[in-house]
Amino acid sequence: MEEHYKHLYEALSQVDGYIYPNEIDLHWGLMIVLYPYITGLVAGAFILASLERVFNVKVLKPTYGLALLTALSFLLVATLPLVSHLQHPLRAYEILMTPNPTSAMAIFGFVYLWYLMVVLLLEIWFDYRLDFVLWSKKSTGFKKYFYKIITLGINDTDEKSAKLDDKLGYFITLIGIPSAFLLHGYVGFIFGSIKANPWWSTVLMPVIFLFSAMVSGIALVMVIYMVVSWIRKVEIDMPCLDTIAKYLFYILIIDFTLESLDQIHRIYEAEESFDIIKVLVSGKLNITLLIMQVMLGTIIPLVVIGIFQVYKPAEKIRKFSYFFVGILVLIGIFFMRWNVVIGGQLFSKSLSGFTSFKAVYSGLEGYVMAAVWLIVPLLILTFLLWLMPPWKKVVTHE
Amino acid sequence: MGTERKVNNRRKFFQTSAALVGGTLLYAIIKPFEALAQPKEEELKTDKANLPLWGMGVDLEKCIGCGKCAEACKIENKVPKEPFYFRTWVEQYTVKNDGTVKIESPNGGIGGLKQSVPDEEIFKSFMVPKLCNHCTKAPCVQACPVGATFISPDGVVLVDETYCIGCSYCIQACPYGARFMNPITKVADKCTFCYHRINEGLQPACVEVCPTNARIFGDLRDKESDLVNFLQVNPTQVLKPHLNTHSRVFYNGLSSEVK
Repeated sequence: MEEHYKHLYEALSQVDGYIYPNEIDLHWGLMIVLYPYITGLVAGAFILASLERVFNVKVLKPTYGLALLTALSFLLVATLPLVSHLQHPLRAYEILMTPNPTSAMAIFGFVYLWYLMVVLLLEIWFDYRLDFVLWSKKSTGFKKYFYKIITLGINDTDEKSAKLDDKLGYFITLIGIPSAFLLHGYVGFIFGSIKANPWWSTVLMPVIFLFSAMVSGIALVMVIYMVVSWIRKVEIDMPCLDTIAKYLFYILIIDFTLESLDQIHRIYEAEESFDIIKVLVSGKLNITLLIMQVMLGTIIPLVVIGIFQVYKPAEKIRKFSYFFVGILVLIGIFFMRWNVVIGGQLFSKSLSGFTSFKAVYSGLEGYVMAAVWLIVPLLILTFLLWLMPPWKKVVTHE
Repeated sequence: MGTERKVNNRRKFFQTSAALVGGTLLYAIIKPFEALAQPKEEELKTDKANLPLWGMGVDLEKCIGCGKCAEACKIENKVPKEPFYFRTWVEQYTVKNDGTVKIESPNGGIGGLKQSVPDEEIFKSFMVPKLCNHCTKAPCVQACPVGATFISPDGVVLVDETYCIGCSYCIQACPYGARFMNPITKVADKCTFCYHRINEGLQPACVEVCPTNARIFGDLRDKESDLVNFLQVNPTQVLKPHLNTHSRVFYNGLSSEVK
């Protein structure tokens, strides 16, 4: 408590202009930056997987299973930063038990459960069921038991059952696409529907969140695909990688256009809040918004992949560039979330001043914990790739 | 034969799973409406017209910025004394000759507000007490994911401390900065119009201590009340009317500089 007060007194001494006295503390910190970031990665990875499955982009086949497992790994962690930031985490279940129907946040639990239980787990299960049966016969020890249990007693391996799995899996992916849109568009609505906050309150917010989610998810799968290939010492499928990058390019253009539209609209309308937002963007957010998000996270990736669309240099250069661009995009989208969540709380709702944000290293809301929430999904993914490697699957769908 | 049986098995498995998931979802959807089925609630609704509808008037011409209201509120409601937690506070606006506006509220005005701008630079100056506006269409109530914050039948926005999960969404949703996270109870905290006092027929602490009667508390439904009289004889305004929150705190003499 003393530590917290000390922190607040320090913030009080750095207030710029006038803020309401209750606004010195930022109520949403790093954990709430991570929440839309991680859910965005999930939605984006899933949409990349469905490109192959539903939209028949066959060249993306090598990343299909990987994208699904990536989505699952991150989805399993998505709620943890959220729950850990609650002042009463043990009451979190009330969101599911007595949701307030008018609250944008209350529906999250249901959207999340729907996405996890109905979409991701089912789709992965249908995709792997036959493999589980086959692997359970060949493996020993823990793996054998795991495969046996996870087949849920459905052990048929004939062609008819494989076809049924495929059909049902396809159907789930079909439901999955609007669900992924819902999952992340909805996260955008949590911010976009707050009329008290002019930085958040825009009808474009859900759409911007959705496209930035796709951008980050695709970049993540691209990077993970390259790393996994390097570790496995297998050749990277270049047409696949080129296609992922192409999609990344197109969706990044849409994302950038939407965000620019939002800003141009603000500048042109120049409403009451514009004066303070102008100072926010050019001052407190200039590094995280103009340099990290726009320059590093958007313009450089657009230019690099854009050039590759007309001129294709040697594979080695392309691989290196894709990796580099993927990382830049991931950093850029992280800062996009940062600019929304932290940026929206830096200025006072009196529109007359600013408070400051200083993240700490330790504690549940600190940098260390944030790093943990980003590393844990990668560990889960490593485990899943060991347990159910997509590259060892029998081909179930064409 | 064997295949058929297994396919049936699978169908059964999906049926059971779907029933379980569907049942849980249905339960959660129906649960909030459970209260509707209870006759008690019905009675309460018919009685609502007979209940008072609490509101407050603030006469800015009378406020001298002594900060007694903010101080009394902290004592009465056990609000932490640190200068980051206020259920009510007083802002001092100073419009300078060059047109710029300086707003100050050190420690919420507790201890009295002092003018920091030299006299010759001042065009005009005034005080504005702030508190929860007890909105009829409260954005905080709309946003609360679990319904822990609600509007009482007599029109006061309250927080159920035993129910609030501490997500801070209501604090983000409040346009007036009237809410804070109580560091001791770890739930959202705000002005209650001193609900424990008004239910006993007393005035809220801030109204009680105001030396100039700048705050007028009363029943908006009682045509004889001081508050209704105040609204009748003065041109009043609410804060941020464009947000359409239908606030129940009315200001007389509100200048356009006030945000």
